[in-house]
Amino acid sequence: MTALPETTDRKLGLVIDLDTCVGCHACVISCKGWNTENYGAPLADTEPYGADPSGTYLNRVHSYEIQPNDGPAQLVHFPKSCLHCEDAPCVTVCPTGASYKRSADGIVLVNEADCIGCGLCAWACPYGAREMDPTAGVMKKCTLCVDRIYNENLPEEDREPACVRTCPAGARHFGDFADPDSHVSKLTAERGGMDLMPEQGTRPVNKYLPPRARDAQMQPPALKPVAEDAKGFVGWLDKALSRVGGG
Amino acid sequence: MHPAPSVILFTSLSGLGFGLLVWLGLGVLAPTGWVAFVFFTIAYLLAVGGLMASTFHLGHPERALKAFTQWRTSWLSREAWASVAALVIMAVYGAGLVFFDNRWAVPGYLGAALSLFTVVTTSMIYAQMRTVPRWNNPTTPAMFLSFSLAGGALLAGQVTLAAVLLALAGAAQVAHWAVGDRALAGSGTTMASATGLGDRGAVRSFEPPHTGTNYLMDEFVHVVGRKHSRTLRAIALVSGFGLPILILLAGAGHILAAVAVLLHLAGVFAARWLFFAEAEHVVGLYYGKR
Repeated sequence: MTALPETTDRKLGLVIDLDTCVGCHACVISCKGWNTENYGAPLADTEPYGADPSGTYLNRVHSYEIQPNDGPAQLVHFPKSCLHCEDAPCVTVCPTGASYKRSADGIVLVNEADCIGCGLCAWACPYGAREMDPTAGVMKKCTLCVDRIYNENLPEEDREPACVRTCPAGARHFGDFADPDSHVSKLTAERGGMDLMPEQGTRPVNKYLPPRARDAQMQPPALKPVAEDAKGFVGWLDKALSRVGGG
Repeated sequence: MHPAPSVILFTSLSGLGFGLLVWLGLGVLAPTGWVAFVFFTIAYLLAVGGLMASTFHLGHPERALKAFTQWRTSWLSREAWASVAALVIMAVYGAGLVFFDNRWAVPGYLGAALSLFTVVTTSMIYAQMRTVPRWNNPTTPAMFLSFSLAGGALLAGQVTLAAVLLALAGAAQVAHWAVGDRALAGSGTTMASATGLGDRGAVRSFEPPHTGTNYLMDEFVHVVGRKHSRTLRAIALVSGFGLPILILLAGAGHILAAVAVLLHLAGVFAARWLFFAEAEHVVGLYYGKR
């Protein structure tokens, strides 16, 4: 049934550090690569070399500009994938039971053999984490690389989601939020990890670490002018204009 | 939201068909023999035709039977059960009228209730979406139910009933627009809450994830259809409700009544187009759009 589990034994998810992300999109590419070659239907590209290329992605990186009231604007790169919500609205709307949340680790998955491609789960997700594959006709979403994290055929350091493994900036962290001593729980507590759209009531598992405050003075103070009084022709012009303008 | 023709056809036609079945089941009109056969054929063509159209937007229609399994949590699954149950019960009731000249009250009332419940389930598929504030309020089921009952009464040839219900349906539509136009702003979901960055300053989308379009933008950020919103709203009200009421009050014959039905249907199509095209999904905020 697509009822949500009351509780999950573990809460596996990601911490995404908006302070550290450099917006290189490496996580987007590694996600697309791993999830096209492994679990479920491949992620389609339509017209990849044509005039209007489009494709299915489980992870996308936005970039936002924040303009404070005073001070210079700041650029924040913003990776977004499934947040594996505790109250996942995408799961309960599914008419076939294809969408489900695992009680063991909290991962939200789609059983593609049961998916009729009605698209209702994508409607119910406020984050745009689900995309209908145009070729396979089934709903695709982040699996938290369920085929990596438990995969004993992989070396131990590779048993984490492809996006986390590949991030060159160390902006992505994977772990169990149900364990208060886990790396991700500590990071969330230390850095004030936040929920996206908390008012939607989805209780996302993934947390975002806000950018650290920038130094108030972004530019060094300007050097003192060495010559206050202009000389020569410019000096004459300055005096003449001041007389005319009354200044 | 992307106004998919299959879903517009489905919600409009099925609503009409189930509305007619409600009035037939309640015995507001109890035709027998060939007349009953014609009424039930029209109702079933609309209801079943609409349901068939709705399967066209599925990625895997061959697996549609699986949609009957999750009725405990999913309104779409409940809709599948309610529509099939209503159609089966009403077929029994219709057989009584057509072949036995007999009105079996119990299956009639049961079928009417199930037909009405089918429209409720359809409306709840939309009304349950917190992600679409314009839909996520009681005016959505009110609009769907009143449209269905009014259209059904119009098809059933019930002049007074249809005139009153058409006026109510028009009012429900206006209420849906009035509430809907303020819904996104009232929902509290903004670019600030979507990114969590709002307390630092004004957030602006600097660069989207890709240079091209994608599924999310095609499905949820449909702005083209909103361009003629005012004109379409006027057409929906005048054609869907105003003119049919005038025709009914003028005391229409069969041909004018058919014109009233067609005008009503055109108005409902316009209203349903706007229902989708004007609906703002909150995911658009991540793209700096609405």
